[in-house]
Amino acid sequence: MYHKTQCEGFQCEQAMLEVPGEAESIRQGVLERLVSWMRHRSLFVLAYGTGCGAIEMRPLMTSRFDAERFGIVGAATPRQADVLIVSGYLALKTLRRVIRSYEQMQEPKYVIALGSCTINGGMYWDSYNTIKQVDRYIPVDIFVNGCMPRPEALIEGFVALQGRIKNGEKGGYHHYREHIDWYKANQRKVLGDQIPPTYTCDWYHAGGVV
Amino acid sequence: MHAVVDSLAMIGVSYVMGFLFYGFYRQFNARVQRRWGPTIWQNLFDNMKFFFKSETLIHGPMFFFGPMIIMAGAFTTVLFVPFLKDSDWLQGFSQYGNLILIIYLLVVGPLGNALAVGSSGNPFGVMGVTRGLTRLMGLEVPFFLGLAMVMLQHETASVHAIMAAQDSLAHWGIVTNPIAFCVILLPFIGSQHGAPFDVVGAPVEVYAGPRVEFGGRLLGVLMTQRMMMSIAKLVLLVDLFLGGATNILVLIAKAFSLFLLTTVISMVFPRLKTEQAVDFFWKVPLGLGVLGVILTVWLPSWSA
Repeated sequence: MYHKTQCEGFQCEQAMLEVPGEAESIRQGVLERLVSWMRHRSLFVLAYGTGCGAIEMRPLMTSRFDAERFGIVGAATPRQADVLIVSGYLALKTLRRVIRSYEQMQEPKYVIALGSCTINGGMYWDSYNTIKQVDRYIPVDIFVNGCMPRPEALIEGFVALQGRIKNGEKGGYHHYREHIDWYKANQRKVLGDQIPPTYTCDWYHAGGVV
Repeated sequence: MHAVVDSLAMIGVSYVMGFLFYGFYRQFNARVQRRWGPTIWQNLFDNMKFFFKSETLIHGPMFFFGPMIIMAGAFTTVLFVPFLKDSDWLQGFSQYGNLILIIYLLVVGPLGNALAVGSSGNPFGVMGVTRGLTRLMGLEVPFFLGLAMVMLQHETASVHAIMAAQDSLAHWGIVTNPIAFCVILLPFIGSQHGAPFDVVGAPVEVYAGPRVEFGGRLLGVLMTQRMMMSIAKLVLLVDLFLGGATNILVLIAKAFSLFLLTTVISMVFPRLKTEQAVDFFWKVPLGLGVLGVILTVWLPSWSA
């Protein structure tokens, strides 16, 4: 992704990192473009708060940051949500709940992982019962790094996600459908017998995708 | 042919008014809280998004038919409320119905809701329905008493005749029968799921209550139904108390002013508990209603 061909220096590096990659996008007709335009204006958020991440997520709905101006509002249940925010480290116990919640969400659905703990374990890098990389277990669309990231950074992540939805790029849920066996194997590796029952995910196989 | 076009026009008008009014509500609410808030089209975006989501839940046939029953209730209510007076258009089938039929149709929604949620088996949904039916006990009695007072005052159950009787500002229902208007207004806010009486769908207490199991398309259907039903009730109150409307712009203006009144009331009051709401309905609006009935029946010269 990063080649020193066009320019040099830190700012240039940052600019090139922010260029969207060659993400696979779906060919869209007029109706699909209209729908994805409406979809990007309306994101219902299921906020899974673990530890310090929850503190940075709540102000998003307040008068100071006001995420509702982007059409982002909180959802009451996973069934009504479009975006799952995993806000911080996941212990093995909470990972089960997150997987269950994610599989209950209706498609199209997206995941935002918040904080360094979701990327490489963060300050829990040597903990015995937290997982280090969330995207080995559920597909993450946007990572927002920091420890903890400010609400502005989270809004930035939301805007980036909205841009991807608007352009009709394939969301992480496509990846989850296509690689369900890999994800399930990873989940089984850490959860063992405690893995969520198959009826939460067997409908992924119903369409003959896998 | 005229009836078909007219019905479709009524459904379209009530849908468009619904999402614009609720979009305004969300923006106004945001401004009161010193936020920018979403655009006025936000409810259209939300609704369309839900219609184009997948729906993978299976809870038996009743879970699917429940929202359809609610939706059918909303459509028929819209079609039996005359939107305009002295006009061929936006009448629907209102000449075949009257206020008593509309009262029956208003109950179809909660019935379908209870059926669908009951078959889903979610405890939060059942809690929401229990709260809803308890609240319904409180709000239906004063609401129907208020409507009965209007029927008594005009000695007819026909919405057309009641509209025709209010030919000038001095004869508007809100002027000739202000007690009935006050009696109806508070249960009306409750039936719109407005803020002091919104304990049914409280998002963090019972996780959206009756809607807890619905996501995707069925939730879109429920959202549409709610917006259309609100407009049908608003238009009904405009017909009964604000003298009806002769054209669509007057209708929107009158319905909007009524909506603004209920919005402002629900914006400044916090949520009541279920039993507090029922207590309130059975004390204030019902007491006022009984007083109004006494005045209307035994002192007809006063109210006329």
